[in-house]
Amino acid sequence: MADRLLPTLVGAMSFLAALAIAGTLAAASLAAHWQSDTGSALTVQVTDPAEPAAAGNVTRLQAVLSILKASPNVVDSHQLSDDEMNRLLQPWLGATASQLNLPVPAVIAAQWRQPEPPDALAAALDAVAPGTLAETGADWAARVAALTSSIEASAVSVLLIVAAVAGAVISVATRAGLAQRREAIEIVHGLGALDSDIAGSFALRATRLAAVGAAIGALIALPVLFWLARLAAPFAGVLPQTVLPVLPAPLWAALPALPAAAAMIGWGTAQITVRGWLRRLA
Amino acid sequence: MIRFVDVWLKYRHKGEMAASSADVISGVSFDIPDGGFRWLTGASGAGKTSLLKLMYLAEHPYRGRIDILGVQAARISRREAAMLRRRIGVVYQDFRLLPHLSVYDNVALPMRLARRPEKRIRADVSELLHWVGLADKLERRPYELSGGEQQRIAIARAVIGQPHLLLADEPTGNLDDAQADRLMLLITALNRLGTTVVVATHNLTLVQNYPAPCLEIAGGRLVHDG
Repeated sequence: MADRLLPTLVGAMSFLAALAIAGTLAAASLAAHWQSDTGSALTVQVTDPAEPAAAGNVTRLQAVLSILKASPNVVDSHQLSDDEMNRLLQPWLGATASQLNLPVPAVIAAQWRQPEPPDALAAALDAVAPGTLAETGADWAARVAALTSSIEASAVSVLLIVAAVAGAVISVATRAGLAQRREAIEIVHGLGALDSDIAGSFALRATRLAAVGAAIGALIALPVLFWLARLAAPFAGVLPQTVLPVLPAPLWAALPALPAAAAMIGWGTAQITVRGWLRRLA
Repeated sequence: MIRFVDVWLKYRHKGEMAASSADVISGVSFDIPDGGFRWLTGASGAGKTSLLKLMYLAEHPYRGRIDILGVQAARISRREAAMLRRRIGVVYQDFRLLPHLSVYDNVALPMRLARRPEKRIRADVSELLHWVGLADKLERRPYELSGGEQQRIAIARAVIGQPHLLLADEPTGNLDDAQADRLMLLITALNRLGTTVVVATHNLTLVQNYPAPCLEIAGGRLVHDG
């Protein structure tokens, strides 16, 4: 009975483990995707862009742009067009925000190449155009990193719990097998069988059953993972039609590893359980 | 050499205090030289089976010293104990055959545990089963056979590995006189070849027919040695 139930229970554990691993990898992948976009993004807001700068005969916007272009740590700087500004403000001001004659600051998007915050640059910009703001997405990226870390820690906890439950299930099944075959074990023990002979026999069976159960669980998890990947595709910037490549490469390696891991847990647990049980015999 | 020095044994059940259980073997001491033969006699419940269990390492005394085939039992590892058991053949009172194995496989079991070559196992098992009159029942299961036939399988299994020590607990209990004589011929033949033998029995006729030194036990105490 326990032998028949073991692959089913280990299969369920394997299914949960596959989801946990996929969750971890997806979180890490999405976080990396978002962090690369936002961590280096530099946004500069210039209020009263058409007013004269603090020095020279140029506007505040021109003065700021010339400093940005001259900075070696700033690349791809460009002022957002009216269309881009309208898209940016659409959630708050509707689709025609630029036609409302509101005192909207000019916005310059660029990439910041340094890991440190652009404090010196912000000071230089403020000198030529007081009130100008220069920010990167570092704070947002740090929050994403913290969120990713917590998701990964949760997934690792789930994996540890799943492994512990799988070990407990195998241990219970092994004990049931020992109780069922107690007399036979006592006989072969009395005939001079080594502990390693008896434990090896049980471990071989537990290994086989756990591996088969885990393989079935991983296979059942596969369509669920494809479905979840399809749901997550827009967040990763992948079209839903290309859902197969969205599964991270490490996941393709982890899924076949589940039966191997279950087999190792089965082997180790059975060895420990049987050897402990045999010690109670003389 | 089998040596017992002031050996005490009590069975402790789970959760039972040591002091609350009674001694089943009390201060037993004796020597059996290599190649010796001893009858072990006494009434039912006197402690014969417990004494044999101590000899085949199924129980450990809580006091005293036991040497089996020159090895101090308390000082050996589990692996060494297993290797020592392979040098001991035991005929159990209740046969202790594996019901899911055939007659052939039951008898072959000690040799397979010792990792003997299958060719040699086949030859030895066939010869021994022929000798005990079960050559035509190689593939039968033990539960398909009579008590006497099961007894003979148990005997064949005990002697297949040519043990250095043969322990038999009421080995003739299920045999008729002719079979019992045949068994005793085998046991005495093994003894002449150097196997140390201890046979527990309450069959005094058997003891008279095969005179040998006797260990008599009563109430867990050795009351006669010689």
